[in-house]
Amino acid sequence: MASLKELKNRISSVKNTQKITRAMQMVAAAKLRKAQEAAENARPYAERIRGVIANLADSMGEGGGDAPKLLTGTGSDETVLLIVATADRGLCGGFNTNIVRRAREEIVAQERAGKSVKLYVIGKKGHDQLNRLYGDQIVKYISLKEERTLHAGIAKGIGEDVTSMFDAGEFDIAKLVFAKFRNVMEQDPVAQTIIPANASIDATEAGASAPDLGGAIYTYEPDEAGILEVLLPRSINTQIYSALLENQAGEMGSKMTAMDNATRNAGEMIDDLTLTFNRTRQAKITSELIEIISGAEAL
Amino acid sequence: MADKLNVSLVSPERELFSGQVDQVDLPGTEGNMGILPDHAPLMAALSTGAITLYDGGKEEKFFVQGGFADVTPAGLTILAERALPLRDMTRDDLSAEIEKAKADLDALGDEGALAARQNIDGLEMLFDLV
Repeated sequence: MASLKELKNRISSVKNTQKITRAMQMVAAAKLRKAQEAAENARPYAERIRGVIANLADSMGEGGGDAPKLLTGTGSDETVLLIVATADRGLCGGFNTNIVRRAREEIVAQERAGKSVKLYVIGKKGHDQLNRLYGDQIVKYISLKEERTLHAGIAKGIGEDVTSMFDAGEFDIAKLVFAKFRNVMEQDPVAQTIIPANASIDATEAGASAPDLGGAIYTYEPDEAGILEVLLPRSINTQIYSALLENQAGEMGSKMTAMDNATRNAGEMIDDLTLTFNRTRQAKITSELIEIISGAEAL
Repeated sequence: MADKLNVSLVSPERELFSGQVDQVDLPGTEGNMGILPDHAPLMAALSTGAITLYDGGKEEKFFVQGGFADVTPAGLTILAERALPLRDMTRDDLSAEIEKAKADLDALGDEGALAARQNIDGLEMLFDLV
């Protein structure tokens, strides 16, 4: 049995750990509220832009032979770019692992179908895990650790990067892997196609379907092609931005849950250790008493 | 009651306005335009300038930089790349923006120079408004 001194040390060390996890939980809770708000604020824009593109794609019709490639695809699907977005920090339960697992499923499925897969990794934790298995397939890695808050500019930079890679013919299809924020307990890792854009619209629910124009014809100012040229990259940026926001909310939610569990576990551990500590102390007193009494009787 | 126009003004960060108004003035890349209820379907690119919402004699102005206006029978959707309520902007902000835009213009070649010039014009116009 451990000595009293040892037990005392362990109790105080677990208590310190508990203090840390409790603090982290509270920080995560505060950040979660902000992140959730940001994710919700960004939703209208993402929805509208999808609606507008659905509109445009619809009115371009089948005869849109000269439609931009970002909308209709390159006509091939040989090379797939997976944009995997994870968090930069750990200690948030299975959050990063789940996203990476989703990405791996996707990689395996694509490779089995004979496609080649390239990886574009956002976030340190995802990079650490993917680098071990698919290090040679990672074409780019971005860490957002330096950024204090997420803003649209970050997503814009990434989006422009991806678009220019597409223009250079480096891939045919782009999929975005991230965790959709359901609630604090649940984050669903999803793989969402963002290039070509019409595939991403087919996948969205009826909410983004084109409104009835009552037979009227759209006027474009300047022209259809000019607008699509600007709108499509912007839509990609927006999707990346909302993915990052969802991820941020998910990370905080997951961290909160993980830290809550850790705090509770630490509490249980402290109870156990305190019990052992008291038992040991009593056992020691009892044995001392027996020694004294039997000593006295012997006299 | 006369018909009203459903308007929503959204930027990537948040929704700035959603509601019904009488008229909206927009800075299009091809010139300014006013949108009234029952406008024909229109898709227009926006440059830099002020969006003005008129409602029952009241006006509300927003600063906008780039984006799109989408008019459908259901209403007007403005997808702004950047948008702020104009009252949140000061002359200092704007002069900083103008400085930056001018530096950008110098850095650009012929390509994109038109857009950059429009950006500066729009900013200078706003400067007078604030």
